[in-house]
Amino acid sequence: MAAEAISRALRDGALEGEHAPALTIKDSIHAPLGAFVFDHILAQLSSNISSSKSQAQGIVLVAFARSPQFYAELLKSKANDAASLKKWLRIVDCYTDPLGWKIQLAESGIVSNRSTQNATTASLCKNVRDLDMLFSSIVELGKEVIRETKGRFAVAIDSVSEILRHASISSAASLLSNLRSHDQVACLFWLFHSDLHEMKASSALEYISSMVACVEPISNTANGKGMNSENVPLIEQNLGRGKFSVRFKRRNGRIRLMSEELHTEQMGINFVPAFEGHVTSQSLVPKVQFNLQLSEKERNDRAKVVLPFEHQGDGKPIQIYDGRRSVSESKTENKETNAEKMHVNEDSGRGEIIYIRDSDDEMPDSDEDPDDDLISDSTIFFLTVGILELLTN
Amino acid sequence: MMSSNSANNLLDEALGFNDECGGGGGGLLLLIEDRVETSGAFILHHLIKRRLSSPNRPNDVVVFLSFAHPFSHYDRILRKMGCNLGVQKENKRFVYYDMLNLNYPVTDGEKGAEDLLLSVYGKIQKTVELCSSREGYKNSTIMIDDISLMEVALCGSSNLVLDFLHYCYSLATQFDCLVIILNHEDVYSTVDVPSPLLQMEYLANIVIKAEPLATGLATDVHGQLTVLNKGICQGSGCSKSKIRNFHFRVKENCVEYFYPGSRT
Repeated sequence: MAAEAISRALRDGALEGEHAPALTIKDSIHAPLGAFVFDHILAQLSSNISSSKSQAQGIVLVAFARSPQFYAELLKSKANDAASLKKWLRIVDCYTDPLGWKIQLAESGIVSNRSTQNATTASLCKNVRDLDMLFSSIVELGKEVIRETKGRFAVAIDSVSEILRHASISSAASLLSNLRSHDQVACLFWLFHSDLHEMKASSALEYISSMVACVEPISNTANGKGMNSENVPLIEQNLGRGKFSVRFKRRNGRIRLMSEELHTEQMGINFVPAFEGHVTSQSLVPKVQFNLQLSEKERNDRAKVVLPFEHQGDGKPIQIYDGRRSVSESKTENKETNAEKMHVNEDSGRGEIIYIRDSDDEMPDSDEDPDDDLISDSTIFFLTVGILELLTN
Repeated sequence: MMSSNSANNLLDEALGFNDECGGGGGGLLLLIEDRVETSGAFILHHLIKRRLSSPNRPNDVVVFLSFAHPFSHYDRILRKMGCNLGVQKENKRFVYYDMLNLNYPVTDGEKGAEDLLLSVYGKIQKTVELCSSREGYKNSTIMIDDISLMEVALCGSSNLVLDFLHYCYSLATQFDCLVIILNHEDVYSTVDVPSPLLQMEYLANIVIKAEPLATGLATDVHGQLTVLNKGICQGSGCSKSKIRNFHFRVKENCVEYFYPGSRT
């Protein structure tokens, strides 16, 4: 299962001398289920951390899209108590005051300085445009959760799309790359919405990643063709189910692809094996005005076509069809191979034409040139000259 | 067929609003997208009335940022619907910010625009904080009409608009408010760059699209509404997303909502 493979890779962490494994989770507005996948991965990794099964000894969560309280409730609902969370979870709060407006207003006395209570240690980030400061914050918080000198921590960023709103793609890529190459980072993963960015931004993020998990719609709806009551059920289906495709990049350069379906439930998501025929046939066949697909009968007929230079695997000796069969054989043949009917059954009650070719006596693929017995023009000339000389002499 | 004057019409049902709540819970962002052919302003008017007229919520406040029309425009429309905005304004239940008459610091560019936005946000937060401290307070509503004109006022910076919406959303989750914004879909029709409207669709909990019928104009059906309700997602669990699609007809004092083919 793809989701389990991702969890294992993040749990195992970085190998000595290698960069940390990095996961990109991407979705789009037509299959907006990436946040569910992010929460699932976070919960799985948290479970491994709290039970000391993972290389990472803690998580630094960078929260842009949802509040620290949301994540505290999420992880508590997965059987983590508040005291346990404080040991291994740190949150960089880029949600509450990302540009420092609330601090400015509080300092000028316009609003009161009400801080929101949360059960986890959240470090407020007041300027998300400064990615160097953000990197330092992440590393500092990471060092708080590791227990040994050579310990490592995991990093989770809930929206790289928000980072890209405030910084350039090169700055964002630099941040992620620096995190990935940091010797105390065990693994990292992030979510971004692919349709909010240009292709080069998406590609840059995928190049940095060792795993790319893509959430796509389960149904191809009539997007762009206008809304009506007929395509509402399909759109609603895409809000609850999706195709989950993962691409793993191995160290030796090989790519491994895995695919399954995901279904949203009240308490999270569930992954099930993909129904290959349904998904594949919908995604690979282009939309044109003529039929590119085969019907069942057409598939059966194609399977029955006899290939001239290939044995049929039916135990009979292989006989290569050389095109030298009688006309009567060609008239009576239906679906049998041509090689099986070299001799025609004679039936005196039926009229038939029997044609025996001169070259029938020869073995197939004989190297002998069948025209060898013919006299060439040059031979005739020399013979003629020779005869004339004899006659004149 | 249900009119907007009935206790619970198709729009309210699709939004998950019922009469007891008087217009729904808080901590949500509702995005209304309309087009030139089908204006979504009637939805704004309907929601203003719902939030101010509920007998169960006498202390709720509507904070209204207007970039599109003067106060008199909304007052006249809501009077026909049976709601006196003038009285509500005097009672501090309808807090109206006339953004049309603000002096925009055009010469300062984006920095000046951000300072303006900061001051506007400060006023909103102060208003919401004051309301939340009152006895019997349940919800506040922040409304913006409309986002595309707000972007114009901010020197075309869609990023600043998104920052402002993010702050309003965090305020909504902190003080249990409802944020309602109106935007025009066809203003952002472009294939060059990803549309900022898409960012708002990601941010919103409820998206209402007012579109013309696929078959074109009609005298008895003015358009169709598609309501995508993503439901509430908290750390402990999420409710299921739902989509409703139905037709509407705007009349003088109310709006009729009905499913396709159900009109006699």
